[in-house]
Amino acid sequence: MGRLFFFIGEGIRALRRSAAPGLASIVTVCITVLLLGVLIPVLQTTNGKTNEVRDQVGLRVFLNDVNGQQAPADQVQTLQAKLEAIPHVKQVQFVDKDQALSILSDRLKEEKRDDITAQLPGTHNPLPASFNVEPDDLSNLPAVRNAITPPGPSGAPAPISPLISDIGDSRDDASKISGATTAIRWVLGVVAALLLVASLLLVANTIRLSIYARRREVEVMRLVGATNWFIRWPFMVEGLFCGLVGAAIAIGFLFVGKQVIVDPLANNFNLINSGHTIGFANLALVLLCVAMGVSAMGSGLTLRRFLRI
Amino acid sequence: MLRGERELAIPLEATLTLPRSMARRQTSEVLRARPKQVQRRPEHLTEQRARPPIVEMRKVTKVYPGGHVGLERVSLRVDRGEFVFLVGPTGCGKTTLIKTLIRELQPTEGEVLIAGRDISALPDKKVPQLRRRIGTVFQDYKLLPSRNVYDNVAYALQVIGASRSEIRRKVPDALRLVGLADKVKNFPDQLSGGEQQRLSVARAFVNHPPLLLADEPTGNLDPNTSIGIMQVLYRINRTGTTVVVVTHDREMVDKMRRRVIALDSGRVVRDQAAGTYTSDDESTREFALRLREEMGVEGEEPRY
Repeated sequence: MGRLFFFIGEGIRALRRSAAPGLASIVTVCITVLLLGVLIPVLQTTNGKTNEVRDQVGLRVFLNDVNGQQAPADQVQTLQAKLEAIPHVKQVQFVDKDQALSILSDRLKEEKRDDITAQLPGTHNPLPASFNVEPDDLSNLPAVRNAITPPGPSGAPAPISPLISDIGDSRDDASKISGATTAIRWVLGVVAALLLVASLLLVANTIRLSIYARRREVEVMRLVGATNWFIRWPFMVEGLFCGLVGAAIAIGFLFVGKQVIVDPLANNFNLINSGHTIGFANLALVLLCVAMGVSAMGSGLTLRRFLRI
Repeated sequence: MLRGERELAIPLEATLTLPRSMARRQTSEVLRARPKQVQRRPEHLTEQRARPPIVEMRKVTKVYPGGHVGLERVSLRVDRGEFVFLVGPTGCGKTTLIKTLIRELQPTEGEVLIAGRDISALPDKKVPQLRRRIGTVFQDYKLLPSRNVYDNVAYALQVIGASRSEIRRKVPDALRLVGLADKVKNFPDQLSGGEQQRLSVARAFVNHPPLLLADEPTGNLDPNTSIGIMQVLYRINRTGTTVVVVTHDREMVDKMRRRVIALDSGRVVRDQAAGTYTSDDESTREFALRLREEMGVEGEEPRY
C-alpha cells in the first residue's frame, strides 16, 4: 500500500518537475483520441448505410389506381402469377395501398417526422399499390426488368400488363450509393489507418523522448539497486496519468462537438442518424481505456531499452 | 566487544538472507561508536579468513568488444574490514574492475566472488539485490538531478523498501556523516564538486553496506576537500565496512598507508599490504590532521 502511494507520488513528482514532456504526451494523446473518436462513428455509419442499401436491392412494380382505388383483387392475382412465372424471380410480394401507407408512416415515425403523414387529408391515400420483385441474384435484375417491360414495337418499353404504371429500380441508386459509400469507406479507412499509425508513433516518440531525457536517472536507479519494476512503475503511472488527462480533454471536445454539430444535423440528415453507431458513453469509455493503456504500456515498453543490465 | 566490532561481525552472506532490520544498523549508533581499538590487526585478519573474503577475483579477464583488453587475468582478494587502494594510470582497468564487482560488466573469463558467491552466475533478477549490498561512489557522482540532497539519499533506502520512519531516521545521520546536514533542500546542481562527491558517499553508505566501492572519489577535488572525503571513507571503514578506493592520487595513497593494489594495462602489477601501517587506533581526527600535515595542506578542518 505504501508502495502504491510511493509510485503514484513519484509519477506525479516527475510530471511536476518536467512539465514539458508530460504536456507533449498529453497533447498527442488528446489529438489521437479526438481522431479516433471522430473516425470510429463515421466508419460505422458508412458501413451501416451500405448494408442497408444492399439489402434493399430489388424491383418495385407500381400499379395504376383504378378510379382512385386499388385495382381489383383478381387482376392483381393474375399479374402476380405472371410475375412469378418470369425466370429468375425468386419472390414476389404484394404491398397494397394500406400497407404502403403504414410502412411509410412507421418509417416517418421512427425518424420523428410523423407530422408529414398527419397532413394527409382524411382517408385519402396517395400511395400506389406495388409488387416487390426480388430476383434470385442481383446480376439477374436487368433480365427480370426486361421481362416485365419488354420493348414494344415502337421501341418504347411496353409493360406486360396495363396495370403496371412504373417500375422502380433501386439498382441505380443502390449501385451509386454503395459505390460512393464503398469509396468513402475505403478512403476513410485508409486515412484512419494512416492517422492511427502516425499518432501511435507520435505518442511512442513523445514517451521515448521524455524517457530518453531521463535515461541517466534510470541508469542511476539501476546502479543503486532498484529493481526494474521499481523503476518502471512511476513511469507507467506517469503514462497512465498523461493518457487519462489527454483522453479526458479529447472526450470533452468530442462531447461538445456532438452536442453542437452532430446532434442538430442528425435531425435533418439521414446519413448521420443511423442506428448503427456506438453510443457516446461506450465510445468515451473505450477511448479512455485505450489511451491510458497505450500510454502506460508505451512508457513501460520504451523503458525496456534502458533497463538492460 | 565494541560496537564497531559488532558492525564488522555481520557477514555479507548473512545480510543477503537476514531480515533488513538485522542487516543494517542505525548510523547514529555507528557515529557514536568511535572504537579505540580497530580491527586491522594481523591476528584479526587471520580470524577473518575463516569466512570467505568479501571480494575475490579469480583470473578475471575482460575484453571489450573491439578487442581492447580491460582486465587481464586479475586475481585478488580483499578481506572484511580492509581499506584498499586501487591505483594505476588512466585506462589501466580500475573502473572496469569496479564495474565487474557490481555486475555492471560481465567478465569475459574468470570468476568474481562477493562474499564467496560467484556473481557472474547471478541471474539478472538478483542483480539489484547485490547492488543494494554494495555501496558505490561513482566517479561522476551519478546523482539524481531532479531530487534534492535529502531525496537522493532517501532513494537508496526507498529502493530496498525501507519504511518512512526508517528513512527519516537514517538519512539525516548519513548526511551528518558527510557534513551535508545543512544542505538537505539543495539540488545536486547547486552543490560544489566536493559536496556532490560527499552526497554520493552518503547515498552509498546510508544502508550500511558491508562493502563500499569508491571510484575516483577525489578525482577533480582540491587537496583539502580530498582529505575531507578520505576522512569520511576512513570513518566508514572504522565502522567495519570494507572500503575499496580507486584513485590515481599517489601522494594521497602513500600518506594513507593502507594496502595498495596497482594495475597497469589491465594486470595487477603490485599488491602491497603497506608495511608502514600507522597505529591502528588513530582516530578520524588524528588521521585527517596527520594527512594535512604530511601533504602540506593548509586549511581548517571542515566542519564535519
